[in-house]
Amino acid sequence: MYRIVRKKSLNPTVTLMEIEAPLIAAKAQPGQFIILRVSEDGERIPLTVADYDRVNGTVTIIFQIVGATTELLNHKNEGECVADFVGPLGLATHTEGYKKVAVIGGGVGCAIAYPVTKKLHENGCEVHAVVGFRSKDLVILESEFEAASTKLIRVSDDGTWGRKGLVTDALQKLIDEGNKYDMVIAIGPLIMMKFVCRLTEKYGVKTIVSMNSIMIDGTGMCGCCRLTVGGKTKFACVDGPDFDGHQVDFDEAMARSRAYFTQERKAHEHVCNLLKKGEN
Amino acid sequence: MPNMSLKKNPMPSQEPKVRATNFLEVAEGYTREIAIDEAQRCLNCKNKPCVKGCPVNIDIPAFIKKTASADFEGAYAVIAASSALPAVCGRVCPQESQCEKYCVRGIKGEPVGIGRLERYVADLHNSTHDEKPARPVSNGHKVAVIGSGPAGLTCAGDLARKGYDVTIFEALHTPGGVLVYGIPEFRLPKAIVRQEIEGLKAMGVTVMTDMVIGKVLTVDELMGEYGFEAVFVGSGAGLPKFMNIPGENLIGVYSANEFLTRVNLMKAYLEGSSTPVQQLKRVAVVGGGNVAMDAARCAKRLGAEEVYIVYRRSLKELPARVEEVEHAMEEGVIFKLLNNPLEIMGDANRKVVGMKCIEMELGEPDESGRRRPVEKQGSEFILDVDCVIMAIGTSPNPLIKSTTKGIDTQRWGGIIADEATGRTSRAGVYAGGDAVTGAATVILAMGAGKNAATAIDKQIMG
Repeated sequence: MYRIVRKKSLNPTVTLMEIEAPLIAAKAQPGQFIILRVSEDGERIPLTVADYDRVNGTVTIIFQIVGATTELLNHKNEGECVADFVGPLGLATHTEGYKKVAVIGGGVGCAIAYPVTKKLHENGCEVHAVVGFRSKDLVILESEFEAASTKLIRVSDDGTWGRKGLVTDALQKLIDEGNKYDMVIAIGPLIMMKFVCRLTEKYGVKTIVSMNSIMIDGTGMCGCCRLTVGGKTKFACVDGPDFDGHQVDFDEAMARSRAYFTQERKAHEHVCNLLKKGEN
Repeated sequence: MPNMSLKKNPMPSQEPKVRATNFLEVAEGYTREIAIDEAQRCLNCKNKPCVKGCPVNIDIPAFIKKTASADFEGAYAVIAASSALPAVCGRVCPQESQCEKYCVRGIKGEPVGIGRLERYVADLHNSTHDEKPARPVSNGHKVAVIGSGPAGLTCAGDLARKGYDVTIFEALHTPGGVLVYGIPEFRLPKAIVRQEIEGLKAMGVTVMTDMVIGKVLTVDELMGEYGFEAVFVGSGAGLPKFMNIPGENLIGVYSANEFLTRVNLMKAYLEGSSTPVQQLKRVAVVGGGNVAMDAARCAKRLGAEEVYIVYRRSLKELPARVEEVEHAMEEGVIFKLLNNPLEIMGDANRKVVGMKCIEMELGEPDESGRRRPVEKQGSEFILDVDCVIMAIGTSPNPLIKSTTKGIDTQRWGGIIADEATGRTSRAGVYAGGDAVTGAATVILAMGAGKNAATAIDKQIMG
């Protein structure tokens, strides 16, 4: 059992939790992920490490409430426990040796983009962070990005926060202004990563994306998370989650991410009804 | 006077039509009367040919003799002296290619039902004995076991009995390895595995789940700051193989590992399970081993209308246990033998709508001694399926090797270990089971775990 030592709602649908897991906290690196089960008989879900505290032995996760398991997780409070917490899994993001990097974060993907931004910044790299949300009330980690980047560009779909538009528009503008990046890191919805890659491909800028595939064990055993990269099948859990974005077959990845859409929606409704009954 | 019936007593089983719709155990086990009757078929041969077929050398005639005289506890003691998991082995061992293969009664008629008797004796003991094994006096030495499958459990049990302070590190949330994620409930009820693990805990074995060694801790750390004097690697062969044909990433294509993990470990077969599995109508399982049979029979039980086994050789070469093949056939699984997949086809939504196959014929024997299947020109056809499960084998997970210096492996990934001792190229590190051999059987893994336990004891005690 792994204790929740801190819980904070970042916006109506996104929650931060700091979990006591000293062995994982001692090893975790930006870009790696954990697998958790909320309770016995629960589903195993992967969540990327948002932060870690080696001294206090905690790992921070940030999750969007999108389905049954995240709904149940969000109902846990400080002091309560989750049944399982496994990691750190996957390969860490390469953050060494870069001089100038643009980090593009979209929505809850910013939770993953943030530790990478912080690490690059700590390594003395010039980091331009472009973070986008649908609207102002969904913004997370604004001050954290502010502190960890050389330049922060805020973007929202509806114009209620920063510039109105898409992260790709903002990145295009940065490139047009003459910024030359060693690397672009894009983390967010698959569709966003796909279009960031299309843009950077034109300019020949190396682009790394973080693939958040459906997983079960997270150790290379099931192959559920497989995707096509450069024409070859890779497992996101052990070969990734970071991949060369110009090589990823995003259309396949998007189809695979929806494989259980109907069952997931049904399960979510079921859990919401149960939780409502519990409250009445 | 021995029972001279040429036939084995049949195993009482659920009716095929009934069991194909549930996950309850198929074989119901011998009764006391049947067990005694079957045990009386044993001739109690002096040279015990059956024993040489047993990877853990159970004194088979001795336990059968006690069974014949209704001394079932005595029989259990004989088995338990050699085997850590009798209730498991009685169910999943390929007896026809081991002990029963050498049974003298098998020359003219059917061999003695050794596996069925082992199961009867073990089940009777487990259902009548609640008391946990006693905790042996500690010898103060620490040994780490990586993986809680049959190899790891056996190694841990043998060392614990000798007084070692054993810790098992398991990557998943439930211990048991392939016994819980792979082999389905209807063939090996999970309660049996749980009982075996509770027994180990009672002997003082610590089981740590959620521990992916190589990630959270390395072998070096276990042997360094954590003070383990030896490490046994029984991490299995968990990496699924695919065929590398077009369409394998379509929705509806599973590795057998994924399909079985969803169904068995995550209990997707139960109503209200939090882990889903696709709605299956027409399923092709590619492969002919026990895993393929397990996947096909699970698919049937999940309500699939048609389930095919697609295998490129003929019935004779099917590597699965005979009983599993018979059970699958009785349950209505359709065997498409001498057929090989070429491509999996999908629709606009990337969902499986069919599998293109080609007919095969058997040519000259290949290096494995089996006749090599060759394609019949122009015999391509499309199998109408909406789900494909690849059960063509697994290879060892490279995690331990890639994070530990000095452990030599084969080109295909298997850890190189001495067969008699499990010793690897690194001092203090032992390995056994599928991590060494590639996908094999439960009993071979147990044998390897047992040998390693003896060698570890020798290393530490001198």
